[in-house]
Amino acid sequence: MNDTQRAGATSPFKIRIEEKTHIGADGTRLTAIRDLSLDLKPESMTVLMGPSGCGKTTLLRVVAGLDGDFIGEIDMPPHSRLGFMFQEPRLLPWRTVRQNIELVAAPGFSGEDLDNLAEAVGVAEMLPRYPQELSLGLARRAALARAFSTEPDLLLLDEPFVSLDERTADRLRRLLLDVWSARPTTAVMVTHNAREALLLADQLVLLAPRPTHVVAVETIDIPRAERDTKIIEALHADLSRRFPANFAEL
Amino acid sequence: MSEAALRPDIRRQAAWYARGPWVSILSVAGFLLFWFVAAEIAQSRLLPGPVAVVQYVINESLHGDLVFQLGITLWRVVASFVVAMIIGSALGLLMGQLPAVNRALDPWLIVLLNLPALVIIILAYVWFGLNEAAAIGAVALNKIPNVIVTLREGARALDPGLDEMARAYRLTPWSKFRNVTLPQLQPYFAAASRSGLSLIWKIVLVVELLGRPNGVGFELHLNFQLFNVTAILGYTLTFVAVMLAIEYLLVQPLERYTTRWRNKPV
Repeated sequence: MNDTQRAGATSPFKIRIEEKTHIGADGTRLTAIRDLSLDLKPESMTVLMGPSGCGKTTLLRVVAGLDGDFIGEIDMPPHSRLGFMFQEPRLLPWRTVRQNIELVAAPGFSGEDLDNLAEAVGVAEMLPRYPQELSLGLARRAALARAFSTEPDLLLLDEPFVSLDERTADRLRRLLLDVWSARPTTAVMVTHNAREALLLADQLVLLAPRPTHVVAVETIDIPRAERDTKIIEALHADLSRRFPANFAEL
Repeated sequence: MSEAALRPDIRRQAAWYARGPWVSILSVAGFLLFWFVAAEIAQSRLLPGPVAVVQYVINESLHGDLVFQLGITLWRVVASFVVAMIIGSALGLLMGQLPAVNRALDPWLIVLLNLPALVIIILAYVWFGLNEAAAIGAVALNKIPNVIVTLREGARALDPGLDEMARAYRLTPWSKFRNVTLPQLQPYFAAASRSGLSLIWKIVLVVELLGRPNGVGFELHLNFQLFNVTAILGYTLTFVAVMLAIEYLLVQPLERYTTRWRNKPV
C-alpha cells in the first residue's frame, strides 16, 4: 500500500484565508476566521488545537471544499483525493460496511485491498453488516477504513475520537497511526484533547479564539514511538506554561 | 404499575399478534356470515348474498368480459400512477430543496389540492375530448398534489451530514442520488404510493363512468341503470381483491426489501 508515490502527494498544501464569515438565518454576521495562514508539510500529521467554538470545524470544511464562501485561497494539487473522518461516523445506514467503503474507494482499490484494510482496522467481520448493528467504536473504525480507502492525498480528521471511552479512543489512535504510517499522507486533525494532540502531531498548530488565526506552530520532532506518558506530560507542561490561554480550559 | 404487573399483559399481546393472520381471516369470515344472513333475511334482488355474487364473478370471468374490463381499468390505474409519481416526485423534490420554487408553486399546489376531482375530470374531457390521454391526465392531476406534499417533506428532511459526506468524498451526482438521496426518500415514496393507489383507483372509476366506453367504472354505470346489484358487487369485490393482492404481493414485500437494513438485531 505504501510503495507508490504520486505526484500530488509531495506537493505542499497552502491555506490562506483572509476572512470567513457565517451569515445567520436572522442576518447576523459572525466572523469565524480572519487572516489565517498555514502551510501543511507533505506526508506529515498537522494537529489543530483551539478553544471550542473557535472555528476549527469551519476551517476543515473550507479546506475540504465543502464551503466555498470565503475570501482567500486553498492551494492544493489538482485532482487531489480526499479522505474525511467526521465527528460522527456518517456511514450510510442502508449500505453494508463493505458497500460504504466501496462507494468511495480509489479506482484501483481492489476487493483484496479492502479486505486487508478492514483486517488492519479490525472490522473484517463487520463488512457484510449494516452500520446500525455496529457500536460507535466499530462504526468509527469503519469510517477510518473508508477514509483510507480513497488513498487520499489529504486526510482530514474532525475530532474523530470524541465520545468514546478513553481505552477505546486510545486503541483507535494507535490504529490510526498504524494505518497512516503504512501509507503516510498529508493529514490534518482537529482536536481539543491536548494529550491526543501531543501523541499524534508532527506539527501542532495552536489557534486563537474566534475569529480564529494561527497563534503558534510547534514542531514536535520526538519520534512517535518514543512518546510515552512521561514525555507527553513534559511537553504538555511546557506548552501550558508558554500558551496558557490555549491549554487553560483543558 | 410495576414491570412485573405489566408483563403478563405484554405476553398476552404478543400472543395475539402471533395469531395475526387467523384474527384477520376470522374477521373477514365474520363479515361474510353477516352478509349471508342479511341477504337471506332480506330476500331481495337489491341485496344478493355472497354466493350469488361469487357465482356472477366466476360466470363473467369465464364467459363474459370481466377480465377484459378489469385489465383496462388496471392499465389506467398503473398509467396514472406512474405519471403522477414521476411528475409529483420531481416537483416535490424541487420545492423541498429550493425555497424560491416552493414560494412560486405553493399557491398552485393549494389550489390543486382543493380542486374537486370531478371538476378536473369534466374540464379535461371538455378541453381535450373524450379520449384516453384526457382520462389518464385527469386522474394523474388529482394525485400529483398529494405526491408533491409528501415528497416535499422528504426533501426537507434530508440529512445534511450525509450530504457533506457525499461532497467530501466527491461522489458523482448520479451516485449521490442513488446511494444517499433516494434511500432517504424511500419512506416518503412508500407513503405516497400507498395513499396513491387507493386514491387513484377510486378516481379512475369516476373517469370511466363519465367518459370511457369500457372499464370497471363503465360497467358499474351500466349495471346501475339496469339495477343489477349483483354485478355491481361482483365488479367491486373483484377489484378490491386485485388491490389487496397488489398490496400484499407487491407493495409490502418490496417495502420489506428496501427497509431490510432497519433495526436488524445484532
